[in-house]
Amino acid sequence: MNTTQFINIGERTNVAGSARFKKLIVKGDFDKALSVARQQVESGAQIIDINMDDGLIDGVAAMTRYLQLLAGEPDISRVPIMIDSSKWEVLEAGLKCVQGKAVVNSISMKEGEEEFLAHARKVRDLGAAAVVMAFDEEGQAETADHKYEICERAYKLLTEKVGFPPEDIIFDPNIFAVATGIEEHNDYAVAFFEACKRIKANLPYARISGGLSNVSFAFRGNNPVREAMHSVFLYHAIPAGLDMAIVNAGQLTIYDDIPEELRERVEDVILNRRPDATDRLLDIAEKYRGDGKAKAQVVDDEWRKLPVEKRLEHALVRGITDFIVEDTEEARLGADRPLHVIEGPLMDGMNVVGDLFGAGKMFLPQVVKSARVMKASVAHLLPFMEEEKERLGTAGSSNGKVLMATVKGDVHDIGKNIVGVVLQCNGYDVVDLGVMVPCDKILAAAKEHDVDMIGLSGLITPSLDEMVFVGKEMQRLEMDMPLLIGGATTSKTHTAVKIEPAYKNGPTVYVTDASRAVGVVGQLLGEGKEGYSAELRADYKKAREAHQRGQSAKARLTLKEARDNPWMTDWDNYSPPKPTFLGTKTLKDYPLSELRDFIDWTPFFATWELKGRYPAILENERYGEAATDLFRDANAMLDTMIAEKWVKANAVYGFWPAGQTGDDIAIFKDEGRSEKTATFHGLRQQISKGANGKANYSISDFCAPVNSKGGGDYVGGFCVTAGLGEDERSNQFKEAGDDYNSILFKALCDRLAEAFAEHLHQRVRREFWGYAPDETFSGEELIAERYDGIRPAPGYPAQPDHTEKATLFRLLNATEETDVILTQSFAMHPASSVSGIYFSHPDSVYFGVGKIEKDQVEDYARRKDMSVEDVERWLAPILNYNA
Amino acid sequence: MAQSSKIWDELTTASESRILMLDGAMGTMLQKQNLQEDDFRGERFKDWPSPLQGNNDLLVLTKPEAVEKVHHAFLEAGADLIETNSFNATTISQADYDMSDLAPEIARAAAKVARKCADEWTAKTPEKPRAVLGSVGPMNKTLSISPKVEDPGFRDVTFDEVKDSYVGQMKAMIDIVDAILIETVFDTLNCKAAIAAAREVFADVGYEKPILISGTITDRSGRTLSGQTPEAFWTSIAHAKPFAVGLNCALGADEMRPHIEALSRVADTRIMAFPNAGLPNAFGEYDETPDDMQRQMLPWAEEGLVNILGGCCGSTPGHIGAIAKAVVDAAPRTVPTQKPTLRLSGLEPFQIAV
Repeated sequence: MNTTQFINIGERTNVAGSARFKKLIVKGDFDKALSVARQQVESGAQIIDINMDDGLIDGVAAMTRYLQLLAGEPDISRVPIMIDSSKWEVLEAGLKCVQGKAVVNSISMKEGEEEFLAHARKVRDLGAAAVVMAFDEEGQAETADHKYEICERAYKLLTEKVGFPPEDIIFDPNIFAVATGIEEHNDYAVAFFEACKRIKANLPYARISGGLSNVSFAFRGNNPVREAMHSVFLYHAIPAGLDMAIVNAGQLTIYDDIPEELRERVEDVILNRRPDATDRLLDIAEKYRGDGKAKAQVVDDEWRKLPVEKRLEHALVRGITDFIVEDTEEARLGADRPLHVIEGPLMDGMNVVGDLFGAGKMFLPQVVKSARVMKASVAHLLPFMEEEKERLGTAGSSNGKVLMATVKGDVHDIGKNIVGVVLQCNGYDVVDLGVMVPCDKILAAAKEHDVDMIGLSGLITPSLDEMVFVGKEMQRLEMDMPLLIGGATTSKTHTAVKIEPAYKNGPTVYVTDASRAVGVVGQLLGEGKEGYSAELRADYKKAREAHQRGQSAKARLTLKEARDNPWMTDWDNYSPPKPTFLGTKTLKDYPLSELRDFIDWTPFFATWELKGRYPAILENERYGEAATDLFRDANAMLDTMIAEKWVKANAVYGFWPAGQTGDDIAIFKDEGRSEKTATFHGLRQQISKGANGKANYSISDFCAPVNSKGGGDYVGGFCVTAGLGEDERSNQFKEAGDDYNSILFKALCDRLAEAFAEHLHQRVRREFWGYAPDETFSGEELIAERYDGIRPAPGYPAQPDHTEKATLFRLLNATEETDVILTQSFAMHPASSVSGIYFSHPDSVYFGVGKIEKDQVEDYARRKDMSVEDVERWLAPILNYNA
Repeated sequence: MAQSSKIWDELTTASESRILMLDGAMGTMLQKQNLQEDDFRGERFKDWPSPLQGNNDLLVLTKPEAVEKVHHAFLEAGADLIETNSFNATTISQADYDMSDLAPEIARAAAKVARKCADEWTAKTPEKPRAVLGSVGPMNKTLSISPKVEDPGFRDVTFDEVKDSYVGQMKAMIDIVDAILIETVFDTLNCKAAIAAAREVFADVGYEKPILISGTITDRSGRTLSGQTPEAFWTSIAHAKPFAVGLNCALGADEMRPHIEALSRVADTRIMAFPNAGLPNAFGEYDETPDDMQRQMLPWAEEGLVNILGGCCGSTPGHIGAIAKAVVDAAPRTVPTQKPTLRLSGLEPFQIAV
């Protein structure tokens, strides 16, 4: 139970108080508007006040929509809601949308007793508490006497005439602005305090609330002074009886932290202690405006005065390279050997970084920046060490050596690079073989460099098989070093079921993310390594057994049963829209500036292990600072990428007459739909949908059959890239020791490619296929997939078979048109590329095929003219049986 | 003005010295009678265009003897309170069978069938009067949860539609039943609409009857389907001033116990519990025997957690009889008084210091 003394009511979800919130509601951007509420709750609001009173807004509709959306957000709707409006119909509409016990803000006697009591009865019957304003037929009460008289009268009416529970009454005795220059206003705060005391003394169980920001209205634009006024006001109001106030929950100064001069003059104003109080506050107000920033600047340079070891530590923790060479040189001159600088202050600093990272106080982007500082420092020391080595014939020490590679057929390496950097930060030598590395090359390099372990990475599903193959080869060659497995499609289950049994000589470990890598590597090489290996074996055995048990439990439909439950629509009464052209068109060297607004930032932060939704993540209590720094760096780099054209973006897209044939889609040469030129194959969900009435989807369901009376259908296809020039540039960074910018750049290319796919799809809907010419969805609505039609990508949940890309590339002539090539595993190179198939039906949806049975695999193999074994290999991750 | 029946007054007095027994499951007992489509249709609906098998509420019109048989069996087993067979007798739920217009007629007939059975037993055992609770179910549409995954803000029904539908159901029963039972609440907002409906009906007929409310904790997460904790649920519906509040369905007795305890700590009214006979097995059947169930529930009575006990899905007259026998000497929970203070709730409860 959340029991509390003073209650902060979040005020930012109020169109009257927040220009940003109002803009979002007027625009209809309810998703972003929800994040305002989330941020309020995260910064400590215990109740959120929601107000939609504005001439431009339909209050009833907006309140209803917002509250209904809120009901689906458990992290926000866990707190009670205050429904705030001056219009009764908005309050009533709001009450009909909240399941919890809410507060209505407000009702009053301004239109007379009768209406007041009628409203109170409804509030009571709908199970809410009510804020009652000190407002009667005469107007808002200003003096202590009048405030109290109104409250007393309302209390009696409510409890005696309506049976309103007294504990559900919350009085608002009006917080008004002070220090306005009008003499009558000077006593407003004092009158409020006095009224509070009398209410508490005489009206049992009633509570008191108020809108805090009113009091400082005269100083709008000067937030430090306003915050001081709020703080001082609360300091006096709470003992007088104020139970709650509508405040900006993220922004309250602590009374003791207010500079004494300011506090005293504010107190004079609030308590109306002297006639010249307002003037005296005005005299000093300017001095405090925006003062926080200047202070921070001064502190920033302080660290330069520290001893050199501390300066190095500071530079490492903060990721500052500006002084690193001069500081390193100073440290070197003071050390016996250059190596001692590394083993001493640099390693000490990196240990601090490691500790902070481990404790969740630093985050990946910051750690990668630290590594950049470390590398710059080591680079300065290297020539001196080489020279010393020649002189003395000694070698440097290392914690161990790890070989890393992205396996054959796969080109994705952002995650692998991050792991590499983190390991290097922790004193390991990393031999990075890059991407698309064949097994024999990996094993040969392992021997040549005499490494302590091998780390394999991959993102696309065929890479899983390649990893199994590497494991088998290591077994055959009688190697016994540890094998690490990581990357987006890998999993503990796959590692336990497929890879570990193939490689029995040494330990095999699945590493979830970069922050785990150091711990795992350390344990594999440390003193208790035998025990750790045995633990791993036992753990993976358990995972295998759990997997086996899960297998038998999951009931699947036969292919026939699944086909009997397809997604259906009335094709005979549906006319598929016709694209504006048939065949393909190419966009070369597309302006990157057009793509920027379409970037979905949330996955970008996830790449850096900063988990949370953009933009809320920028305000996140834990990650906020790291995310904000990273976001600033990313945007600065994007500016340069666009201005200097660091990468080239190409696209090809096309549309063809098509028709559903069973679970497949036939592509035809022309509108006659008789001469077939290609087939897109579909896979159908075989999970039992039970009584919930949902279909067993296949992508083919969304294309009309050839002979549909409503007219022939079409499908489209596309391939976009934003990665031409990516490898060269990222290698330049890497060679310069700047892993941070190398990874940042790759992550941005990746985002631009996804943004290009989003942008092109919108143009397809509006212009090229043209079935939604008036669509005006914003970035977030696009990310939420609000639009009509879908663009599933081969190799992803709706059609998990990567080999379908071959058909798509042939139809689009994609390699010729865009310079994107397919690897032997059907990964696209450059990695920052996206391809997929377009469907236009408004009810088409994204879905996941899920696990499939052998009957479908056999049928699919026959349709694709492939062997069952081949199909099983490509679809390994989704087989519901052991092939 | 409140106008509770003589029977209700006697039971209220009895509730101070013993635990009252509610009946068990109507649905699973009807299933055991192996009724066929023709039984559901009867003569009157033999040409009805949509299939009717499974519309259990309809049986009060077409095969009332099947329903009476169940009522009698539970009354014989020792139930003080029986529920009318009207769980789905609302215009909204009956739309599944194209029978919206018939909903009030079904509700009224259900009330009459139960009244007749209860009165027969009251006459037979005057020292143990039997009361009828008008069963008001949760409906097949929810006000807090979107039926469309892609649009969480969407609703396929409004508060006023739900409330009006409940008004029709309650109005049809109000003069016959002893109290209204709003049960199997998985969305508190639907329940709030039912409470508003009851108020409207009371105002309309000029008298009030007691309300009992029973929520459903859907799984081991310990929350209702719409996401509330038991304490938040109570805060949200306390304005109904119910005769009793409790939980039913979804869980077996052992799984339900911690949530009954939670409610028992915060609710200043009687506590009722009617769990399922365990969790359904792979075939959707309930395995717990009468002995299992009474063994799990006896400690609740001994520890003073409850005032009314009964059974939901899978519980037979055998179960009710066994529980009734086990708790016959147990003292009911003493209803605590809570100090008045502002209590609010979202999905979680919130209170300001007393």
